[in-house]
Amino acid sequence: MQSGTDRDLDLLDALRAGDDDAFMELVERYQAMMLRIAAMFVPSRAVAEEVVQETWLGVLQGIDRFEGRSSFRTWLFRILVNIAKTRGQRERRSVPFSSLLPGDPEESAVDPDRFQPATGDLPGHWVTFPAHWEQAPEERLLAGETRGVVEGAIEGLPPAQATVIRLRDVLGWSSQEVCNALDISETNQRVLLHRARSKVRRALERYLTEEMVET
Amino acid sequence: MTAPAELTCKELVELVTEFLEGYLPEPDRERFEAHLAICDGCTAYVEQMRTTIRVTGTLTEEQVPQEATDRLLSAFRSWKDR
Repeated sequence: MQSGTDRDLDLLDALRAGDDDAFMELVERYQAMMLRIAAMFVPSRAVAEEVVQETWLGVLQGIDRFEGRSSFRTWLFRILVNIAKTRGQRERRSVPFSSLLPGDPEESAVDPDRFQPATGDLPGHWVTFPAHWEQAPEERLLAGETRGVVEGAIEGLPPAQATVIRLRDVLGWSSQEVCNALDISETNQRVLLHRARSKVRRALERYLTEEMVET
Repeated sequence: MTAPAELTCKELVELVTEFLEGYLPEPDRERFEAHLAICDGCTAYVEQMRTTIRVTGTLTEEQVPQEATDRLLSAFRSWKDR
């Protein structure tokens, strides 16, 4: 199978030659993620859609200048983020960039009550161990309902955390690509990913624990 | 030289992402692995994180509404005729 980035380059060649289908395939591939990212910077869904529209026009206008030094998607998302930031400022609803960053330094990956207090026998060690999920059958882990739990947990995350986990773990981007596309540091990217994954794990644990008790 | 302090479970869960990303600097990575070797709870926890990543990887992005793509297609066609 062709990798996503190789396919992008073929599509770009076709697009330069004016191929409608190639353009639509690129749109299909990136539109949903572009909308989510644009929505982090502007006040409404309608404005986010305009930002995405404007980004594609920017892509068409700039395509002859794209030399393939970065991947197409990195280039695409840089254009998107620039337009979205400018638009956010113009709408006077610019999201302060700090609100996209990790925030509360005290936010913990696991409920602190899961660990023994300083007065315990082994302070900072598990009160009860997490379960081994290999005992949950594979079909259950990959069932639609389990995936629904994961999707729901991601929906409930702060926007920056949701975006990073989607790019990294749903779409399989590298950390470098995510940093470039969102214009954030490696450290911030990793903290956002850590918080996001930790919360999704908690949601899964809650769901699978109920499941295993029932069966 | 003193031996580095042992990692607690509570500390370990905050380092999992750095560990999985290969970003944990050397003395910490050794402490992390030494702890895993003796702690079944943390071993299960790291497995749970790996499973979480795997299940998340089976999700797909939503489809785009038709009208938005139609508008883009007409923008593309006028670009072609420039």
